[in-house]
Amino acid sequence: MKIPFIAVSKSEFILYLREPSAFFFTLIFPLLLMLLFASMIGNDPFPEEEFGYVDFSVAAYMGMVMVTSFVMALATSMAAYREKGILKRFRAAPVTPFSILAGQLVAIFAVTVAGVILLLIAGFVFYDLKFFGNFFEFVFVFLLSSASIAALGFIPASLAPTARSGEVIANIMYFPMLFLSGAALPQSMLPDLLKNISLAFPLTHAIRLMQGVWLGGHFWDYPVHVMVLAGFILAGLFVSVKYFKWE
Amino acid sequence: MDDYVVTVQNLVKHYKDVKAVDGISFSVNRGEIFGIVGPNGAGKTTTIECIAGMRRADSGSVDVLGLDPVKDSLALKRRIGLQQQESEIPDRLRLWEAMELFSSFYDTVLQWEALLKQLNLWEKKDSFYSELSGGQKKRLFVAMALIGDPEIVFLDEFTSGLDPQSRISIWKLVKELRDQGRTIVLSTHYMDEAEKLCDRVAIVDHGKLTALDSPSNLISIHGGHTRIQFNVGDVFDGESLSSLKGVEFIQNSDNVCSLEVSSSSAIVEIVKQLDAMGQGLDSFKIEAPTLEDVFLNITGREVRD
Repeated sequence: MKIPFIAVSKSEFILYLREPSAFFFTLIFPLLLMLLFASMIGNDPFPEEEFGYVDFSVAAYMGMVMVTSFVMALATSMAAYREKGILKRFRAAPVTPFSILAGQLVAIFAVTVAGVILLLIAGFVFYDLKFFGNFFEFVFVFLLSSASIAALGFIPASLAPTARSGEVIANIMYFPMLFLSGAALPQSMLPDLLKNISLAFPLTHAIRLMQGVWLGGHFWDYPVHVMVLAGFILAGLFVSVKYFKWE
Repeated sequence: MDDYVVTVQNLVKHYKDVKAVDGISFSVNRGEIFGIVGPNGAGKTTTIECIAGMRRADSGSVDVLGLDPVKDSLALKRRIGLQQQESEIPDRLRLWEAMELFSSFYDTVLQWEALLKQLNLWEKKDSFYSELSGGQKKRLFVAMALIGDPEIVFLDEFTSGLDPQSRISIWKLVKELRDQGRTIVLSTHYMDEAEKLCDRVAIVDHGKLTALDSPSNLISIHGGHTRIQFNVGDVFDGESLSSLKGVEFIQNSDNVCSLEVSSSSAIVEIVKQLDAMGQGLDSFKIEAPTLEDVFLNITGREVRD
């Protein structure tokens, strides 16, 4: 029994890695940023804490990988596929739209996981990264966060009429999220007003939740974050079911 | 009994205010090369897309291999192959990767290696899609239409923009496909191509079917007269030719004599008469009517207006 979406995800994964800018910003850039800040701050425990800078911020860089892969890739590639007639070629073959979509999602998730693994290796090797939480609990909040960010990526993918406008919408969503939600810069560097604004982004909640669980908390300690992330999943599903077009 | 693989009845399809297909009906026999010809915008592509399950018709019925192209879309797509205009694959996919990917969608497949060889793309198998020329892309999509070992192959404007050599090699391939027992439904606006290749031709204009028959029948019914031309000296009197049986028209100007005849026996008579007159056969040309003339006579226009 052949499963078409696995073949689709395989080729989408390869295609992603062949896109130099996508490759750099998803896999290399977060790693460089983490190493840059870590080289300045180190990973010695903060006063009266067990954890240091890298232990604290590795989850934020995971959030950065996640938002780069899902929002940028999904928003731009689906619109481009529609516009260029690539979906048309797929539709001529006996493959369901679901398989193509699922294949894309699996590929992007695989890229995200690859980026996260790079961060972890660098953290463990160079900065003696420590994990304080429960492994399965962390996997759960990681999946929840990924689904929520993917759902966010589906909103421009569904609504944008052209590849160009999809890219613009994705950029408008991407950069404020990247800098305000604690992904590229620690939120402690931000004034309170910007911190409050950042609560509108699912990424902020994803990062805080992942950070909390990484440092030994439980997901039920963060009901607001969990609910906001779940809410974005529902919103993304709603928009894509209602507005996503194949042509 | 007739063995139809495609039956179209009263197919109608609008795009906003434009009536792309306006009540077309025809059937395609198993194992034939069926051509849909007509100028650009005549409704050829829309007709093919409705048959191949890519579009839903506004009204009328379409039956392909006993399936409804809209309701049984997936089941149908396993048994047909479609080469479309203006479709693409991702730029950075290598040819062999694309062939592997699309092979994975079908239960039975043809060897893609052989297909690429047959379409002169084997040397390009490791190239990115974006590195192909227009003609190579076209041939790739023909190969992709064949991956799933289809019973019916749809080729939409499959040779437009191809160089003469590629065109001839694809013609050869199409005939081989038919000889393997497949049915081919193709569209083209090249009348010479339809005439050489197709067992039957449907002429479509303004979304309507205007004629359907074998090329030779179409030509003998609608093609009109055979034209004859030869060079003559300054003092040539064509009167004696115009009285011959079967000569319909004669014109003598600029030292060229042009005739139209309605029977081939007239040609023999003309040659005899010229010989008797001591007139040489300098640049003697016989032009039989073609599908091009059929189209002109049926619609009153050239194909490429």
